[in-house]
Amino acid sequence: MTSLPVERLARPQSLHATDRSDRIYRRVLTGFALGLPLLILIILGVLFTGALPALKRFGPTFLWTSTWDPVAEIYGAAPMIFGTLASSVLALLIAVPLALSVAIFLTEFSPGWLRQPVAFLVELLAAIPSVVYGTWGIFVLIPFLRAHVVPPLKAVLGWTPFLQGVFYGNSLLAGGVILAIMIVPYIAAVSREVLLAVPASQREAALAMGATRWEAVRSAVLPYGRAGLIGAVILGLGRALGETMAVTMLIGNRHDIGVSLLQPAYTMAAAIANEFSEATTNLYQSALFEVGLILFVLTVAVNAIARVLIWRVARGQAVGSRAL
Amino acid sequence: MSGRVLRRHLASRAMTAVVVVLSFTAVLALLLILGNLVLKGASSIDWAFFTKSPVPAGQSGGGVANAIVGTGIIVGLAALIGVPIGVAAGLYLAEYGSGRLGFVVRFIADVLNGTPSIVVGIVAWTFIVRPTHGYSALAGSVALAILMIPMLARTTEEMVRLVPHSLREAALALGYARWRTSLEIVARTALGGIVTGCLAGIARIAGETAPLLFTALGNLNFSVAITQPMQSLSLQIYVYATGPFDEWHRLAWASALVLMGLVLIISITARWVTRQRYGRIR
Repeated sequence: MTSLPVERLARPQSLHATDRSDRIYRRVLTGFALGLPLLILIILGVLFTGALPALKRFGPTFLWTSTWDPVAEIYGAAPMIFGTLASSVLALLIAVPLALSVAIFLTEFSPGWLRQPVAFLVELLAAIPSVVYGTWGIFVLIPFLRAHVVPPLKAVLGWTPFLQGVFYGNSLLAGGVILAIMIVPYIAAVSREVLLAVPASQREAALAMGATRWEAVRSAVLPYGRAGLIGAVILGLGRALGETMAVTMLIGNRHDIGVSLLQPAYTMAAAIANEFSEATTNLYQSALFEVGLILFVLTVAVNAIARVLIWRVARGQAVGSRAL
Repeated sequence: MSGRVLRRHLASRAMTAVVVVLSFTAVLALLLILGNLVLKGASSIDWAFFTKSPVPAGQSGGGVANAIVGTGIIVGLAALIGVPIGVAAGLYLAEYGSGRLGFVVRFIADVLNGTPSIVVGIVAWTFIVRPTHGYSALAGSVALAILMIPMLARTTEEMVRLVPHSLREAALALGYARWRTSLEIVARTALGGIVTGCLAGIARIAGETAPLLFTALGNLNFSVAITQPMQSLSLQIYVYATGPFDEWHRLAWASALVLMGLVLIISITARWVTRQRYGRIR
């Protein structure tokens, strides 16, 4: 606590001067705060302006054309859009059960002494830089997938279209798994705070009606926090869509649409990372700006939906900010 | 116990077990990654690693001194740009943020927090690299600063809100102007929290790679000029890990361990200081 420097008050300021300095102070702070809305407009403006040549040339066909040919100057982003969505959905399928379990364990089942350490360790996952995930993925995850995951998967589900072909290492599967590990801490942190915001009376009422502990969680706690939990998952989706380095290092970077998890794919962020500094012609560069624009608009929309859902449960709080 | 009740209790136990196993899988992932970093990285770290710059591909030896210094410069400069703006915006949210503008700014800060960092790289490229016709460390710093601002705004707001209202009222009652109350009493009381928020922000941008790819670009030589391309640990790891040489892979693991150590030290210090000062917030 700071003690008030009382002696300075011997010199009272005139009320008028105070009034003016307060107004200036408020204006200055407002100016800085306006920087954030301005920033989002600048980003949109930059991307849109940069994308104009591609937008004019290809129009909406950019979204569903699969050709990406810098020599013939024909660009279509369909494979990247597909790869971005496919890898993110795969990541969610793996990450959501893990993250929700962490949140439920921490709020409902964990003994008190275990709560802090587990929460801390899971939050640390968010501190690992993307490029370190990528390195680990190349040298540890891919050999592990090749030796211990792909063979049994093929043995059981090899007849499905999702597991056709040879496992290349760099693939949709590798990208999806690394993304899953990366988004677990975000979904877990937000879900945990959502579950903490569920009033104890909900739980107690269910238990008093004779529910078992799991039934109380399933029938009282989870439904109460549903909007926030969906928000947490969508927030994780937003992270996965825009994640760049680890995916670039693992997904294989091939302009191709295929449903097999074992084949290489591409994402929008990876395309920008790989090709932006090599884009020699204006149209090539503009096509990458348009990819950036699509990615930005998509993630802003996804994040906005997530925030609205989370704020419904915990209004105005910076939920999960310690992990984000 | 009747069969039905027994079945319900068994189901409860089973689901609890599933939740516990899945939770520990998440923790296991972390331990595996950290364990691998230490196992594969530690043996390559020696004095030369910290003091020498890279040698040409194919040769052995050399270090990442240029990348370590580069990370320090790029991140330091980013903090110089981002911290004042982010903290001031956070102070606005805490002091005047109850109206409609406050709502909008808060919402946008949260949304921007999830913006892909590669997109921010494009923005820095457009404003700095393109007009100056050259990649530069400064452009990288600007990109990282932009990433910091929304995050700092939210953590600063949270920390300032923890200051008891009575303190503010006491200052105002003593005739302090609002701005002096805000800066000298409220912000000063929350200073520890604000500083740890900044540390957490720095820890996060220190590992960023994507926005540096076409701004700071990377540099094989030792360079401290902010108008020239500069190497960072993260860029170095990317190049080494995706390259073809075993020697590079060895250096990639060692660099990853150093970067991870750096990030962990900063973020654990931040956490620890916060906890000492404010106790467990929840």
